[in-house]
This record gives sequence, structure tokens and C-alpha cells, in this order.
Amino acid sequence: MQPIQYNPDLCIHCETVDCLMKCQYISFTGTEEAKTEKLKINGGEESRVLRECLTCYACQEYCPFDNNPFYLLVERQEALGILPAPRPVVEEQLRMMAPKGRITPQAVSGVVVDMCAFPMLTGCIRGKLFEGATTIVGTDIFCNIMWLHFAKNSTIRERVPRIIDNIMHFYLKDSNIRELICFHDECYGTYTSVADAYGIDVPFTPVHQFDYISGRLNELQDRIKPLNVKIAYQRPCSNRLVPHTDKALDEIFEKIGAERVPRTYDRETALCCGGVPRAHQRDELADELVEKNIDDMIRTGATYCVFNCPFCMATLAHEVAERGLMPILVSDLVQIALGE
Amino acid sequence: MTTDLISSLETIVGSRFVSGAAEERYLYSMDQGTMPPSEPDAVVLPATTDQVRQIVLLANERKVPVVPMGAGLVLSGLTRALRGGIIVDMKRMNRIIEVNPASRYAVVEGGASQGMLKAYLQKHHPELKHSMPDAPPVATVAGNVCIHGSGHLSVLGGSHSDMLTGMEVVLPSGEIVRTGSCGVSGQWFSRSPLPDLSGLFLGWAGTTGIITRLGIKLFPNYRHNDVLIFVAEDADLMPEMISRLTSVQAAEDMTPWMTPKPDWARGFLHINIAYGAHTKKELTFKRNLLQSSVREYIDRKIAGFLPLPPPQKGRFLKIPSPDLARFADLRRGGGFEYVGAIMAIEHFPKAYRAGLAIAEKHGVAYSLGARIIGAGHCMMFFFAYAFNRADPEDVKRASDALEATNTAALEIGGIPWKAELPAQKQIIEKMDPDTFGLMGRIRSVLDPNHIMNPGNWEK
Amino acid sequence: MEHEEILHRCFRCGYCKLPGNYVDINCPAYLAFGFETYAPAGRMWLLRAWLDQKIEAGQRFAEIMFSCTACGNCVEQCAFPEFRDRLLLAFTAGKEALLEAGIVPPEVRDYLTRIQTHGNAYGKPVKKSAEWALGLDIDPFSDQEYAFFVDDAGAFNPRGQEIARSVALLLKKAGISLGVLQDPLVTDGNDVKAMGETALFEDLAEKNIQVFQARNIRKIITLSPHSFNTLKNDYPAVGGQYQVFHYTQALAFAMKRLAFSAYLPEAVVAFHDPCYLGLHNADYGSARMVLQAVPGIRLTEMDRNRKNALCCGGGGGNFFTDILSGGEDTPARARIREAAAAGAQILAVACPLCAIMLEDAVKAENLDNTLRVQELSEIVTERIDFQAP
Repeated sequence: MQPIQYNPDLCIHCETVDCLMKCQYISFTGTEEAKTEKLKINGGEESRVLRECLTCYACQEYCPFDNNPFYLLVERQEALGILPAPRPVVEEQLRMMAPKGRITPQAVSGVVVDMCAFPMLTGCIRGKLFEGATTIVGTDIFCNIMWLHFAKNSTIRERVPRIIDNIMHFYLKDSNIRELICFHDECYGTYTSVADAYGIDVPFTPVHQFDYISGRLNELQDRIKPLNVKIAYQRPCSNRLVPHTDKALDEIFEKIGAERVPRTYDRETALCCGGVPRAHQRDELADELVEKNIDDMIRTGATYCVFNCPFCMATLAHEVAERGLMPILVSDLVQIALGE
Repeated sequence: MTTDLISSLETIVGSRFVSGAAEERYLYSMDQGTMPPSEPDAVVLPATTDQVRQIVLLANERKVPVVPMGAGLVLSGLTRALRGGIIVDMKRMNRIIEVNPASRYAVVEGGASQGMLKAYLQKHHPELKHSMPDAPPVATVAGNVCIHGSGHLSVLGGSHSDMLTGMEVVLPSGEIVRTGSCGVSGQWFSRSPLPDLSGLFLGWAGTTGIITRLGIKLFPNYRHNDVLIFVAEDADLMPEMISRLTSVQAAEDMTPWMTPKPDWARGFLHINIAYGAHTKKELTFKRNLLQSSVREYIDRKIAGFLPLPPPQKGRFLKIPSPDLARFADLRRGGGFEYVGAIMAIEHFPKAYRAGLAIAEKHGVAYSLGARIIGAGHCMMFFFAYAFNRADPEDVKRASDALEATNTAALEIGGIPWKAELPAQKQIIEKMDPDTFGLMGRIRSVLDPNHIMNPGNWEK
Repeated sequence: MEHEEILHRCFRCGYCKLPGNYVDINCPAYLAFGFETYAPAGRMWLLRAWLDQKIEAGQRFAEIMFSCTACGNCVEQCAFPEFRDRLLLAFTAGKEALLEAGIVPPEVRDYLTRIQTHGNAYGKPVKKSAEWALGLDIDPFSDQEYAFFVDDAGAFNPRGQEIARSVALLLKKAGISLGVLQDPLVTDGNDVKAMGETALFEDLAEKNIQVFQARNIRKIITLSPHSFNTLKNDYPAVGGQYQVFHYTQALAFAMKRLAFSAYLPEAVVAFHDPCYLGLHNADYGSARMVLQAVPGIRLTEMDRNRKNALCCGGGGGNFFTDILSGGEDTPARARIREAAAAGAQILAVACPLCAIMLEDAVKAENLDNTLRVQELSEIVTERIDFQAP
């Protein structure tokens, strides 16, 4: 199996060490200390970063050289046996999310939307926005990127080729379809950024949901009733792997008349929803993140809290609603603007 | 004889509520478990304590056995009429008589169901709740107290018989007695400071009297509720983990579970920990207490709490949970039975291994688990086996597994709970003879004609 | 017997006896008789025992089976998702098997004989099935948008006829274009089907469908939820496909066309969900929408409402066979006590069978001075301002 694509020289000569200096969860005395820790990681040595990392993916975005700092960090965690979460917690989830081989060939048509392992969200694929779309869903096509949170690059390497094969073999190939709309950032991140860094072939063209929706809104322009609302966006960790897609999201919001209010914790400074730290048994930190996020949203005077990540939504929606904001997925917000 | 008995019973309760018909005799001859059927001569549905008294007097006069029955959900066949006679189905006596919010107790009739009490409290006293067992909501409060049941507040308040504050009982001889404070003051707040006669009717499998009213403790009903699922992989560490988790006294209920289905759960040991609080802050405080109690294991990465987003917690907070009844359909055949053995917590690893070995040997679909009773004072460890009642071989396998489990539980040092007839005999074998002798003498005093659920607790 | 493969899968856990909020017994027959045998699980086990020849079926067995009101509470509450939808189908199959074996309570036999002979439960000539509308200012059906279908209670029971007239006039007042069929119509067959007389049901349905086809009917409004259920869900299989509405559904959308008197005293009203509108067809909204549109009506709810509603005891043919009558805990009397406990002054009903059952029960409970059972159209009509333009 191919090692993670990265160039150690770039780190040696890096002056800013943005990957660690910009980290919102680990503090360093200065670039010197950060550099020392980064070089330890690169060299396969123990580093406190490997133990303190929240696994928020943000360093992937911070690195000015796209040198895959996060993927490498996960690689080192696994090699050194530094588990972010207790073994049985990880092991049970590995089993829960394993491909079960219950997939059967299915003819697909129109746009094919990959709903990952979220069968409860297939109802989102409806109306004019997704007219004629087919959804595919289940653990047999689960993108498996979540194992980045649990020092399990080996699982990604083992399962991702298999699920890519499942997608092709059971759905796309015989229907002669080459494009796959990824509902979730995680899938798109897997079939682009992860596949690239881990050297995994992807025989179809992944399309991010934002790009699809933005394009579709051009076609449905006449139907749009601008919402004229302020929205607070909860940017998920997996969007850090594909930051260019955030622009398409801005276009979507603009087209439907939703003002993405400036938040302390959005875009490059987005803050983790708190879901993963709970799996890492860091509930008190998770509580703090939830509170900071929601306080921040409230301050902006937004009406909606918009999510693209179903897991962020499951983690925060209840409390968001309790505090008076309306939690909603991007696609559902767009549907409202389309009067559906 | 039977026709005469039935017409006498009709005089007491009215003809609509007595049956000696084949249909009732058939259905009341068995419960959902594996014990063989045994038919009553009649089934009667009294509506008042006085009707119960008259039924018992009639039975004494005729020397006919009387078997009291709540919802008949015991699964171990304790409400079968082993020697014929009259099954007294108590479910028409289902009123909630009184709730005392200041002293936190409820008084209910002998046939009142857990579900009705829960609904009543929700409507009239939302600040209070009682400890619901895992039985379906039609289970009666009295039946569950009588068998020393346990439930969703058992870490907080012990077994349900510990939550009993007093009883009105029709004795086998027809006298009506009141145990606990209600016998003196008319209020039902406590069993103390009197000689505790309630024990004469707890755990006796209906052989000492018929409970027509009882008082039980109520507890604060919290606005905020949460559940944690702790997961570990080493059974030998479970007693210590349970000890630590109970030591912070934050949980209301703690139920370890080990099951081969779904596949992801096989081989892991889980503990569901339910707790509640008046405020969110208090809830977080309790969660932190529970988590810090086992921090050492978490830091060693050998156990931890499963991450459960809020929407996934609902099913674990549903009380009672229909998931438990659904275990009966595991073999697509409407049956399960279990040995629940009350035992010391340090025997957890042995019980777990014995359960696995028995399930493997007998080829039965199993689920193992426990309910912690009190602040880690003991546990009810259960070995549940599903079977297909339409397949006699499958029923036999489950029945054999049960017998082996009873033996194993006793060997470990536990005591089968609400023991079926063969298990009662196994317990008696191990019981101190003088103690068993005393049980016999007490029964002779209370029930000189030996009419109350005869066949139970006998050699 | 059809569905016999699910009988032994019932665990007798008893969820089927209760509503979802557990407040009280919610299986009508079990409530009335109290024996485990009369609960859905009892029926499951008894049918299995009968098929296994462990028990002989006699009159009590038949009474137990036919005491089921087919209300659907057991289907709603059963803990077993894999077979819960088939519970009522299994009971119907059980009744069918008993009919075939000739083991039938006399009341059921007489009921079915009357229908077989006369086409309705009252033993009246079918040519009189539209007489309830004689002298009424409603046109016979010709080319109106809707045909109004009235069940046997509406056609032949004096109280049912009053209700039929009230509903028809109200629909007309609300601007709904409907006509009364003058053709001889037989009973809808809903309860006959629930009793397991499938062949008789099909015969009845075919007769009515012939009339509907001859009149080129496309849209039907029914008086009774029973008719609504069977015309909507069962007639298509017999060749009759129509747009079927219960009158409360048609009315709910027409309420804004009615003007109401300004000075009527406020009344606290509880709505009794009929099983064939609620549990069987999941419409818990229409009747409440109607009531909420009437000034002066304050809606309250009984503990058992919507999916948890208690049947009046008249379903599954029991309105005519009366197997459940005779005790204090008949469903109708329990329902009246519940309405009184909810503080209702009026118990609103939207089914002629419920109306008659509950009107009798309010008298039996001696509550008729404080609680009035009133049919929904009558409540609305009483408050209409007929002087308004």
C-alpha cells in the first residue's frame, strides 16, 4: 500500500508551521516549538501533538503547501499505537460501519446521489432540485473517512477501494454513469483528497453537492423565492479537505437570498461541533465547543443554523433549537427557497 | 363439583367474571415460558378486596387451591394452577388509590399495572415517578414487588420489594391484614418501625396470601435525562468498573448487557447508565462524576463511553422499552425465558462465562445482562434464551439451557429469581434445613388448609 | 387459515391491550370482559390451539373471536413490527374459518343472514334505502360533483337517519355539490368483511359498484367512516375505484363558507376519533379542523385520543351483534366516563354508530345532564347563522 503523499523537505524549510501554529486546540510557545513537534511527527517519533490532536482536519487546510499534514499525523498515531479513543469504542464502531456485503446490483438513472451511510436522509433528495435523481446508501458504500478520527488509516486503505468497487460494480458501471454526486463533504473528500494522498484509484467523477446545487439553481432561477434570512453556517471538519467547495456554498446562499453571517467560528476558523471529542472521551471539551459555537451563532442574529454534515447536525441540532435557532441542512434550505 | 364451584364464584363476582370454560382453562394453564401447562378449574376476576376475601373463604370451605395472578408475565410458570383450583386474576382491581407527594408514595390496588401508574403520575404528579421494571407496561405493580423485581430506579432505591411501604393482604384464612404504617396510622409511608410482616408475602410465589393493595415509594422525576453506554472487553474488570460507577451515586439505573446480536456487539460488555437531573448543569455534573469514576480505564484505552448523538439516545431512554419483548421474536417463535439470578457483583465474570458456555453447549439464541441493585449491593444477572414455541425441539433446548443455568447460578453462589418449580427445588436443596422448616411452619399457620398456590416452595 | 404462521409468534406481552400512553385498557373486548382470552394475544394463542387441535371451538370460542371490534388498537400498539400489520387480518381469517366450520354466535348468524337476505342489517327492503332523504331539500344524484353514500344505520335507524339528514344539509349549506342516490343500495360491507364473510362482502360491493357505474360516479362522500374505509380501501380490489371522502374531510375545507352566530355560549368539546377514520386511515385532523372553525367551541382532549383513541365498541359488527354489552366496563361507558373526566360538555362524534353507542352509554352512566353526545354536523349546524347572506 502506498505511503501518504507528502514531501518532508517542504516541512523542513517551512517558516510558518501553519499546520500547528493555526491549530485552535493545541498551543505552542512559538514556531520553533511547533516546528520541533512537526519534525518529530514526520520522523515517526512520539509527539504530544499525536496525543492532544482533536482530529479536526483543519491542518490539511492550513498547510500552504498541501503537504497532507493531517493524513500523516493519523498515520503516525496508528504506527505508534496512540489511540485517540478507547479500543472497544473504536472496535465496535469499526464493526458497525463495516461493509456487510448486503448490496445488490441496482440500475441507476439521472443524477446519482451518494447518501453515504445516512439512510434516514434519503428523503432530502426530492423535488425539482433533485428531479430524476437516484440515491444510493448503506454501509457497503460508506466512505470510511471517519477513521481519520480514530488513528485507523489502515481501515481507510482496506475499505475505501472496496467501497469504490461496490459503487462502480453495483450501481454506476452497468448504468453507464460516470458522475457521483456526494451529499456529504466526507464522501467528496474521500474520493478526491484522500484518494489522491493515499494513492487510491477512483474510476468515477465525484461531484460535490454544492457544485450540483449551485448549477441546478441556475437552471431553476425562475422558481427561486429569495429567503432574505440570516444564516449561521456550521462548517464541518471534512470540508477542510476540500476548501475550494466553500465558494460554491457562498454562491448557493447568494442565489437563494441567505446571508451567511460572519462568525468568529466559520470558514478557516470554524470550530468543531463537539461530536468527535465525545468519542475521544473528552466530553468537557465537547461541551465547551458546543457552547462556543452556539453562543457565536446567537451573537450573529441568524435565524437558521445551517449544516451540511449530518453528524454535526445530530450533535448540535437539539441544543441549537433549544436556544432559538432553526437547524437545517443546506439542501433543505434550498428546497424552501424553491418553494418546496 | 366444578359447576357448583363456578356458580358459587358467580354469586361472589357476577357471572360475567367467572369462567370454567375450556378457552380460559387453556390460556391460563401456562405462561410465555417453557413450563408445562397445568389447568385451573376456574378463573375469577374479583373487583374488590371483599370479593377476594369471599373467594378465599369459599376455597377454604371447598379445600380448592387458589392461585393469585397479576399480569401473568413472570415467564417461570408461577401462576399455573399446579393442582387445579381457582386462578384469581387481579386485573380488575386496578385503581390508583392515593398519591402522597409530600412523603413520596403511591397506594395502588393489587391489579394496577405499571403502565397505568406511570400514566397517572405523568398526568397528575409529573414531578414524581416510580421504578418501572423492564416488563411490558401491563405487568402489575404488586406482582413485581412480590417477586422481588427490580427496575429503572434500582440503583437508587434497591429492589422493588425494598420500595414497598406496606400492604393490604387477604390471608389464606380470609382475614385481611395491613402491614407497615398503614396498619396503625392509615398512612402508607413506611414499613418501619413495626415488626416487618411484609416479608411474609414477598418472594413466596403466592403461597401466603393475596395482595389487594400496596404502597410503594415514589422518586423525583427529572426534567433532564440522559444515558451513557460504557463498553469494555474484559469481563474480569466488570465488578471493579461497576463498583466505581456506583460509588459516585449519580445513576438511577445501571444495566450491563452482552449479546451476540447485532454482530457489532458480540464479545463486548456494555453498561447502560441512566441518570437524571433537574437542570442541565446538574446533569453535566453527574455525567462528569460518572465519567471520572472510570477515567483510569479510559486513559488506559481499555474501556470507554460510546459516542451517542442525542437522537440515538431516545430508544435507550424509553421506559419500558418494547425492544425487550421483541427478543421473543428472535427465533420467530414468540418465546423467551430467562434465569435471573440474584448474586454478588464479584461473580459477574463467572456468570458471564457460564452463560456463554451454556448457550454454546445448548445451541440457544441468548442474551446476557444484569441489573445492578442498590449502590452496587448486588445484581440480578440474567441469562435469556429465545425459542420458537412452534418447534418442540427448540423449546426443549431452551428448557435444558434454563435448567443448566439454574444449576450454574447456584454453583456460582447466586439464587435464581422468581424460580420456576424445578429451580425452587434446587434452591431448597441448598437451603439451610431449619430455614426451610420455618417456611413450612409459617405456611401452616397462615394457610392451614394448604390452598394457596400449592406445589410451590415444596420439596 | 390465512396468516396462521404468525399466530405462534405472539409473545402475549400485552402492549396490544393498552394505548400508547398506557392510561387504561384500550382493547374494547378485553376491557369489557377482563379475561386474557378476550385480548388480542389471547385470540392469537387460542386460534393456534384450535388449529393444533389442543382445544375445541365452541360458542365461547366464537364469542371471543367475534367480540373483536376490529378497531386496530392492537395493530397500532403491538411491539412486533414484523407482523403487527397482520393481526387484524389473522383475526378476520380466524372468523372466516369459524364461519366455515359453522361455529358462530347466534347474534352474528342473525346479522349475516339479514344482510344476505335483505342487503342490510335492519332487514329492510333495499328499495327504501333512500327514504331517509324524503322531503329533504337535497337533489337526487344526477351530475353533481359528489354522490352521498349512507350506511345502513343512516338509511334505516331513526337516529342514524337524523344524522344523515343533518350531514347532507350541512354539506349543501357549505356549498358542496352533492346528490343523494335514489337507487337501491346495499350495506357497504365493511363490517361483514371484518367478520370474515369475504364472499358476502364481495357480493355487496359488486352490487353497489354496479349502481355507481350506472350513474357514472367518480367522487363519493360517505356518512360513515366504516363506508369511507371500505369504499376507499376494499372496493378497488372488487373493481370500484373512486375518490372517496368522509364527510368531515369534505367539510373541513368548506368551513370558511359558513357564517356563524356571534352570541352562542362557549362549549367545551372533546372529539371521539372513529376507528375507521383514525386508526385505520390516519385522519386525526379533519374533524378537529371542522370543530376549531366554529366560534365558541373550545376543544379539549380525552386521555385517549388520536392513535390512542378507545373504540366505542360498535366496530366489527358489534354495533349490531351487541356481544360486548351488559357490564359497567363496556367501551362506550368507559368512553363516556373519560369524556366527563376531561371536562367536556359535548362529546363530538363523526360516525352514526359511535353516536348511537355513546348516546346510550351516557344515559347508562347517568351523565346525560352534564354531558351531551352530539354528532359533529349537528354541533356545526346549531351554530350557523342562517340569516347571514
